[in-house]
Amino acid sequence: MEYMLLFYQPTSDFADRADPAKAGDYMAGWMSYVQAVQAAGIVKSGAGLQPPATATTLRVSEGRRRVQDGPFADAKEQLGGFFVIDVPDLDTALTWAARAPCAATGGVEVRPALPPRAV
Amino acid sequence: MSEATPDEAAAAVARDSYGRLIAYLAARSHDIAAAEDALGDAFAAALKHWPVDGVPDAPEAWLLTTARRRLHDRWRHGQVETGAEETLRIVFSELATVAPETQFPDERLKLMFVCAHPAIDPAARSALMLQTVLGLDAARIASAFLVAPATLAQRLVRAKTKIRAAGIAFEVPREDEWPERLADVLEAIYAAYGTGWDDVAGTDPRTSGLAEEALTLAAMLARLVPDAAEAWGLVALIAFCQSRAAARRNAAGDYVPLAAQDPASWDGELLAVGEASLQKAVALGVPGAFQVEAAIQSAHTQRRLGASVPDGAIVALYDALVALQPTVGARVSRACAVGAADGAEAGLTALAALAAGDVRGYQPYWAALAHLAAAAGDAETARDARARAVGLSTDPAVRRFLAQGAEGGLRK
Repeated sequence: MEYMLLFYQPTSDFADRADPAKAGDYMAGWMSYVQAVQAAGIVKSGAGLQPPATATTLRVSEGRRRVQDGPFADAKEQLGGFFVIDVPDLDTALTWAARAPCAATGGVEVRPALPPRAV
Repeated sequence: MSEATPDEAAAAVARDSYGRLIAYLAARSHDIAAAEDALGDAFAAALKHWPVDGVPDAPEAWLLTTARRRLHDRWRHGQVETGAEETLRIVFSELATVAPETQFPDERLKLMFVCAHPAIDPAARSALMLQTVLGLDAARIASAFLVAPATLAQRLVRAKTKIRAAGIAFEVPREDEWPERLADVLEAIYAAYGTGWDDVAGTDPRTSGLAEEALTLAAMLARLVPDAAEAWGLVALIAFCQSRAAARRNAAGDYVPLAAQDPASWDGELLAVGEASLQKAVALGVPGAFQVEAAIQSAHTQRRLGASVPDGAIVALYDALVALQPTVGARVSRACAVGAADGAEAGLTALAALAAGDVRGYQPYWAALAHLAAAAGDAETARDARARAVGLSTDPAVRRFLAQGAEGGLRK
């Protein structure tokens, strides 16, 4: 089954990324996690994301595009990246989610993907 | 089986094997709702075909084969929600290789652990186990958990959808995951036992055999997780309670309180199971509420050895129980124990510490108040409390007992 791991991170994580004094440690944690997931051969796709301040949100109402600066939801934790992985069951997906650095600082949402439509 | 009518044969399989059939089908389809639908269809087919063709030699296998065919048909005709297709493909590859003609493995515990997965809404876990593994209907479960049947039905549907869609594995979890899930499984088995126990008369076909089934499941669970002290504690508790299930009624069908029961009418074999299980639990050195409750039951049965009931020790055990889980039930029972050990006045003082809002609709509180007030000579309070207790009792024999103002122990 395919699951998306959505990595939610607090503002402090995004600040660490941008802080030259802390960026090294921060990135090293993520690099070893990403390498482990890649080495397991389960990754379908994935990306790290630029900070929430770079986000643009669009809604269409009454036929008009409404474009807004900022992420979709104003929450304490924001989406920082994702993986789509192919593993046998939820518990395996949860085990991978638990190893993400942000599992300890923010949280990881694990969501099963809709299966491709059978023809 | 050959003498049973088709209806009786179907009812017997439903009573004895429903949970095992659902667990077997669900463990392979990973879809509890689909397994329930398919088995429901299979029972309907049995009621149609068995009167004509006769009851098959192996009715369980017949039902299982028919249910598997229904699952297959559903899959072929595309009556399957998005998301289930892949799992159903797995089912049929598995079902093709397994031919459960007469024997099929008992996978109820596996299903219970799935229902207790931390990814499932905690409010749905025990109810889900009662419905799938023990075949209780939603209305019955709703009354056991004091929620509206519609609310509960919705929760159950959501939980089943989640199990299927989220791909929760159908297996017994690793040892390090037991602590997270074991408590819910134990809780559900105990709730099943309580539901069976409440049917004192044994006349309700929906719950007949439920108490025995709960004991079987508890024993299976304890063997599966032999290092879990509370699992043995639950076996002990259920065995002790069940040992005097028959003693709760006299020949005339009247209610007999614990203190008035003849120890000779208790089941010695079950008492031995209770003692042995309690010893195993205590030896593991991890105390818990089920063990304490079992120890209280054990103390009450000392009478069969010619000893008097150790009232002081029972109060101490209730103190431990209330410290572990300060439920209204535990505190009312403790007050009764205090009443027996230190006199009715002391018992009334303990009862008075309970909040009025917590006990308004709680029958054992009013029964205890009636008993203790009468013993303390407060006839007016006793009469009023007895009237409340009668109004809150559903069992006719218990109502009769209370209405007569009979004296004696009040614990179940």
